[in-house]
Amino acid sequence: CDSNGVYGSLAQVRHVVLVLSGKGGVGKSTITTELALALRHAGKKVGILDVDLCGPSIPRMLSVGHTDVHQCDSGWVPVYTDAQKSLALMSIVVWRGPKKTALIGQFVSDVAWGELDVLLVDTPPGTSDEHLAVLENLKKHRVDGAVLVTTPQAVSTGDVRREITFCKKTGVRILGIIENMSGFVCPHCSECSNIFSKGGGEELAKLTGSVFLGSVPLDPQLSSSIEEGKDFIQSFPDSATFSAISSISQTLLNSLQMT
Amino acid sequence: MADVPDNAPEHCPGTTSEQAGKSASCQGCPNQKLCASGATKAPDPAIAEIGAKLSTVKHKILVLSGKGGVGKSTFSAHLAHALASDSTKEVALLDVDICGPSIPRIMGLEGEQVHQSGSGWSPVYVDDNLAVMSIGFLLSSPDDAVIWRGPKKNGMIKQFLRDVDWGELDYLIVDTPPGTSDEHLSIVQYLSSTHVDGAIIITTPQEVSLQDVRKEIRFCQKVKLPIIGVVENMSGFVCPKCKNTSQIFPPSSGGAEQMCADLNLPLLGKVPLDPRIARSCDEGRSFLNEVPDSPAAEVYRRIVQSIQDYCSNRVTEEQSTT
Repeated sequence: CDSNGVYGSLAQVRHVVLVLSGKGGVGKSTITTELALALRHAGKKVGILDVDLCGPSIPRMLSVGHTDVHQCDSGWVPVYTDAQKSLALMSIVVWRGPKKTALIGQFVSDVAWGELDVLLVDTPPGTSDEHLAVLENLKKHRVDGAVLVTTPQAVSTGDVRREITFCKKTGVRILGIIENMSGFVCPHCSECSNIFSKGGGEELAKLTGSVFLGSVPLDPQLSSSIEEGKDFIQSFPDSATFSAISSISQTLLNSLQMT
Repeated sequence: MADVPDNAPEHCPGTTSEQAGKSASCQGCPNQKLCASGATKAPDPAIAEIGAKLSTVKHKILVLSGKGGVGKSTFSAHLAHALASDSTKEVALLDVDICGPSIPRIMGLEGEQVHQSGSGWSPVYVDDNLAVMSIGFLLSSPDDAVIWRGPKKNGMIKQFLRDVDWGELDYLIVDTPPGTSDEHLSIVQYLSSTHVDGAIIITTPQEVSLQDVRKEIRFCQKVKLPIIGVVENMSGFVCPKCKNTSQIFPPSSGGAEQMCADLNLPLLGKVPLDPRIARSCDEGRSFLNEVPDSPAAEVYRRIVQSIQDYCSNRVTEEQSTT
């Protein structure tokens, strides 16, 4: 364990993936959490860095809400969700004003991540100061690229188009697009309703020449798991939502290993 | 702390701070004298200008949410449509979501441009009595990203509040960006010299959303912004085929109803999920005109009625106290 800033703390992290969305509330934190759980399920060591300054929600989703963070010689010790230490989490507390970007920089380099296959960074929505700060500070290290999350409606994909421009301007590779909240199957009659329309994510991928990683349906079981901080991947291994998430995580792993 | 310039030296104490021009980091800063003179500590003259500009607006309503994507813009747009359905009322909708402006699409105004006139920026009109202003009108293409940092964002918000030529208005609805960020602080600060009727808070039923909303409510209380009430959006889904209701976003902690009871706030209504709402928004039409007899439209109308009642009661209260 050394403490040489960014290079030190991220030295043993194989891949860094940003999870972005143009719009808020499209399920970015949910997708981050489920991707992490799916990757762990596939035998990987995973870390989540939650830098959603306005409302960090991942600690709750992983039921580590009230755990205190400790410091060791090499930095902040992430919170582990299991004894095998296969899923590490670090979440930011709310800071405000001109210092906050500097603090994010410090935050990124001050966590003792140890050895990880993938570090997922859950970012705040939009193309704001926080994005720039996170990108600037992570680019000192190597960012493999970004996964973009959208819901199917045009209102949401419109914001993601702007996010794609942002990635191109800042030189971040787009690993792919995920469509969340895509269709709802009624548990009573199995009729599928496209509550937030359908197909917007795939269309957007075509339009912008990006990879479409897949779509995740609306699933009350997933919402409840997230609310209660349960591992959805373990609780409902037979659901369509599970197979959607695990296929997305597999596609993502493949594209990471190609680079 | 929005008063630290973009190009300020490191550890700049802020231009309005007591230490402005006096701290160690001010040494060598070209503006040290200006800051030390105290001129920068005076209240922003724009606040008074905004007050004068908005004195022709009878009612100002802020639409807030803690979390993004809970349907704040959808609600703002439909509130504007509903208020403007009374052709004797002049209504305006101001979209200050600088990073992801979605109001132009929802109002069917994509590709519209803002025009400059002698008295400021002219808003875009949906109807004779419904005006809209959004940062989206200033972006040249749908792919454009607004990558702005704090101080620039504040400048833009200031311009939006001060330089738009609204004319006489009955209602001004301000659709805000999510969170309790710098933008919020500046909107409230800039509006401090005018009379804001209050805020409507939008949430979805889940605890992950409510926990952000509680923060937003504390923020309102801190800055003494009255809360008109809470709207629970995406509240249950009725299957169009079998008519059974599913809680897609389950109210695990009792939803907005429980939160309002705990915090002693009025719950204005619960709007159910309806695929036709998302479709209307994508097509830039008013859901209230498209499907007026749907349960969601009925809930919307009741909510709008309580907001109108709140605003007119506020006027009578003020008249009786003066």
